[in-house]
This record gives sequence, C-alpha cells and structure tokens, in this order.
Amino acid sequence: MNELPQQLVNGLLLGSMYGLVAIGYTMVYGIVQLINFAHGEIFMTGGFGALTVWLWLPDGTSMWIALPLMLIGAVIVAVTVAIGAERFAYRPLRGAPRLAPLITAIGLSLALQQAVWAWYPEAKSPRVFPELPGGRIELGSVTIQSGDLFLIAAAPLCMFILGFFVMKTRTGRGMQATAQDPDTAKLMGVNTDRIIVIAFALGAVFAAVGAVAYGFKYGEVRPTMGFVLGLKAFTAAVLGGIGNIYGAMIGGLVLGVAEALSTAYIADIPGMSQLGGQSWADVWAFVLLIVVLLVRPQGLLGERVADRA
Amino acid sequence: MTALLEVEDLRVAYGKIEAVKGISFKVDAGEVVTLIGTNGAGKTTTLRTLSGLLKPVGGQIMFDGKSLKKTPAHEIVSLGLAHSPEGRHIFPRMTIEDNLRLGAFLRNDKPGIEKDIQRAYDLFPILGERRKQAAGTLSGGEQQMLAMGRALMSQPKLLMLDEPSMGLSPIMMQKIMSTIAELKSQGTTILLVEQNAQAALSLADQGHVMEIGKIVLSGTGQDLLHDESVRKAYLGED
Repeated sequence: MNELPQQLVNGLLLGSMYGLVAIGYTMVYGIVQLINFAHGEIFMTGGFGALTVWLWLPDGTSMWIALPLMLIGAVIVAVTVAIGAERFAYRPLRGAPRLAPLITAIGLSLALQQAVWAWYPEAKSPRVFPELPGGRIELGSVTIQSGDLFLIAAAPLCMFILGFFVMKTRTGRGMQATAQDPDTAKLMGVNTDRIIVIAFALGAVFAAVGAVAYGFKYGEVRPTMGFVLGLKAFTAAVLGGIGNIYGAMIGGLVLGVAEALSTAYIADIPGMSQLGGQSWADVWAFVLLIVVLLVRPQGLLGERVADRA
Repeated sequence: MTALLEVEDLRVAYGKIEAVKGISFKVDAGEVVTLIGTNGAGKTTTLRTLSGLLKPVGGQIMFDGKSLKKTPAHEIVSLGLAHSPEGRHIFPRMTIEDNLRLGAFLRNDKPGIEKDIQRAYDLFPILGERRKQAAGTLSGGEQQMLAMGRALMSQPKLLMLDEPSMGLSPIMMQKIMSTIAELKSQGTTILLVEQNAQAALSLADQGHVMEIGKIVLSGTGQDLLHDESVRKAYLGED
C-alpha cells in the first residue's frame, strides 16, 4: 500500500487539469445557462496554438523563453475561438429554445475537431509536443514527472487569479450579479453582453493553460484530445456543482483522485479483478458522477436554486 | 424649466400585444409622481421601458434633456435613473453590503460610496445590523428596504419604485411608505408605482390612473384621492 501517496499525487495532477477545463463549462453555464459542449475543442485549439508557437521558434530555444510564448499562443488561439463561437454561433440564438444552442454546441465541437484534423499540417496522427526539461523528481516514495511540473505551478496560480478576479474586481462582481439575476444586473449598470463575452474568454484562458499542461503531460496533441477530456471536465463541473467556480476545481480534483485510485485498487477487490486498470478508469469516473448526483443533485458545492424569495 | 422626465405617447408591446398604448406624463425634479391602477394596467411595463429593459415600439422618453429610446439599460442608470424592480430582485447569494455596493457599480468615488452605504444603514438600521448576511435570508420587507437602498446607491436624479409595498405586512408597508415620505422630504424625485392607491396618492404630488395600457385620469394626489371614480375603483368604497 505504500504506493498510495503516488496514486493520490497522480490523481490530484489529473484532477487539476480537469479542473482548469471545468472552469470554462461552469462559468459559461453560470452566466447564460448554456452547456458549451465545444469547450473541449476550445481546449484542443489552445494545445495546437502552443504547438504552432513551438514550431515557429528556432531549434534549441530555451524552455524558459519558449514556455511563456507557447502559453500566449495557446491563450490567443483559444480565446479567439471562444469569442468567435459566442459571437457567431451562440449570440444569434439567445432567447431561442435551450435545445438550439445545445445542438449548435455539439455541431461546433465536431466542426472544430474536423477543421483541425483536415487543415492543421500532419494532424491526422498525434503531433509531438515538446518536453519539459528536468527528468523526474523523487520526493520520498512519490515520483513526479517533469511534464507535470507546469501543471503543479499553473493550476493553483490560476485558481488564485480566478478567485481574486471574481471576488475583488468590478467585472467579477458584475459577473456574479449577472449569474444571479441578469435583468437586475443591467439595472445596476452591468453590461451583461460584455460579461458573457468575458465568461467565454476567461474559460478559454484556463482551458488554454490546461491544454499546455496536457501537452507536457502526455507529450502530444491531437484534434480529438478535447473530446474525452472535455466530457471529464464537464463531469467535474457537474460533480462540483455547475455554476460554482470553486466547485469546478474541487470536482476536478475529486474526479482525478477517484480515477487514479480506481485504476490502482479496484482490481484488488475480490471478484472485481476484471474491472480495474486504466481501461476502466472512465467507467468509474462516471459511476462516481451518478452516485454523487443521486445523493446531491446540485453537486458537491452547488446551491439549491430555491433561494429566490 | 423642462421636466426631469417627459414621456410622450409611449407605446410598448409584447409581440403583437400592446401593453402600453400611448401614454404621456412628466415628472418634475423634487416631485413624487405615482402611477396607480390594477394588475395588467401597464405600470410595470412602463417602468421597465423607462429603465431600458424593454424597448418601446413608439413614442418618446426624454430624461434630463436626453432621449432614452436607444440607450441600453446598463447605460441608463449612469444618467441618473434608478429602478427598484417589482418583486425586489435583490441578489440572494450576496451579502447585504455587496448588494448595496452593486447599486454603486458604476461609481468610482470610494469615500462617497462608503458614505452612502452608511446612509442606507441610517435609513434602514436593520440592514446595518445584518450587513454580512446573505440577502436571500432576509424577510420580504427587509428585502424591499435593501432594494430601495440599493437603488439609492447610484445617487439617482430619479428613483423609480415598483410596487414597494407588495406582499408586505401592514406594519412593514407603513414603514416603507414612511421611508418614501422621508426620501421625498429630503428632495428625492420619485416615480412610484403602487397598487395601494390610498398610500401612494397621499404621498404623491401628481398621480395618474392607468387602465389597460392607457392613462385614464390625472391630477394631483389630493384631487385623485377625493375623486369619486377613483374612490370607487381603487380605494374600495361604494
């Protein structure tokens, strides 16, 4: 059992990546009650944005210089795609029945995936992502791969920045107001159209950071990388209580840990030897979702909607 | 002198159904003007149009010398028109103090904001006692106080109150009405929409009676209070 700390660390790492992507789902849902199923693809385009910058840089560029530039590239691409999606796909459907934007989101998701697959050079097979230098780091019984270092630094920082933004800035307070009561927010002087764009853009920023983390962690980017990861991140958002940004991060961490532990230990349970290992991790992740939603339909940190007097 | 608010032949429609069918009235600075009438008369629709949440299909709204017809809702409050909506619509998951701060969303003068928060607490001491409490936990009357306090936080030239006494106990209703009287005595210009015609008309300088989208009778508050048809229709007398 002394591999438990290692499994927990693996789970937390995976989970913080889910959490970074989950923020985008939860923020957009909190503001416009839309599940942006194209968010996984926004994440994916961020990964390709970072890769593109890397390919532009001359060979042998130090990672200290390359990494910030790749991040900027990822953010620019993901934010552009997200704002474009909001402007041209979702905004015209505002006020339409909820099903219309939902189907649009799914269509947009497929379109983005196929577009990158078809037009990004050599994207028909996974493209190799650069490695972070440093090899592996041993901390007692726990080993951390260099590829995970970026995630370890970026995820808490992102959460801190987001928390500060939402709680302390004027735009953040306008965002909270819009989420709770859009019409009344307008009466206070909040430009709710702008808040919606900002929610999409912020979600894309964190997705882009997550995509760079994904690239370093797995050493590759692919047009389909946003599909399962997007579903997992969405699951994390629901698990934590959709609409709650802290819930997104908590949900991500819980989901990541659950996956890691189920991968490592389920097979040891008598009679379940067939149900463990990596191939069953997704199953257990969704089983967890179902169980949590049975007990707490509003998610771990979600609030009951009946608090409007 | 021109009026602070001048509404002319205002028409508002929901789809094909016209809810406000060409009304005209004005509000002078320092006045309390009330719109009374039954449910569905178009009073709330009128206020929601003035604050930009609904777009008129016709007519003119002049506020402080500017036309509001094309101004988006979030810009109207900065011109000095504050709206305390029907049903209060406080932000339930924010604290009382954060609700008040949102009322000052577009203001940049920090000391002034702090002073006005204190002023709201002086006006409604119960809000001051509970400033860190989530607004959703307040009683209906306390939420109404918060909604009014929040609207005042933008330092409006005109305060629009939509049904401030709706659903309140008689004691709370009295408290709200006496606060409106207090605001009036301080010189606040108020456009008051009320179903409680007796209370509204006793306060108002001018009153307008609305019926299915039209103003059918206008006069000073006292005139309307003593008008035979108003007494019959709205004050429950035979």
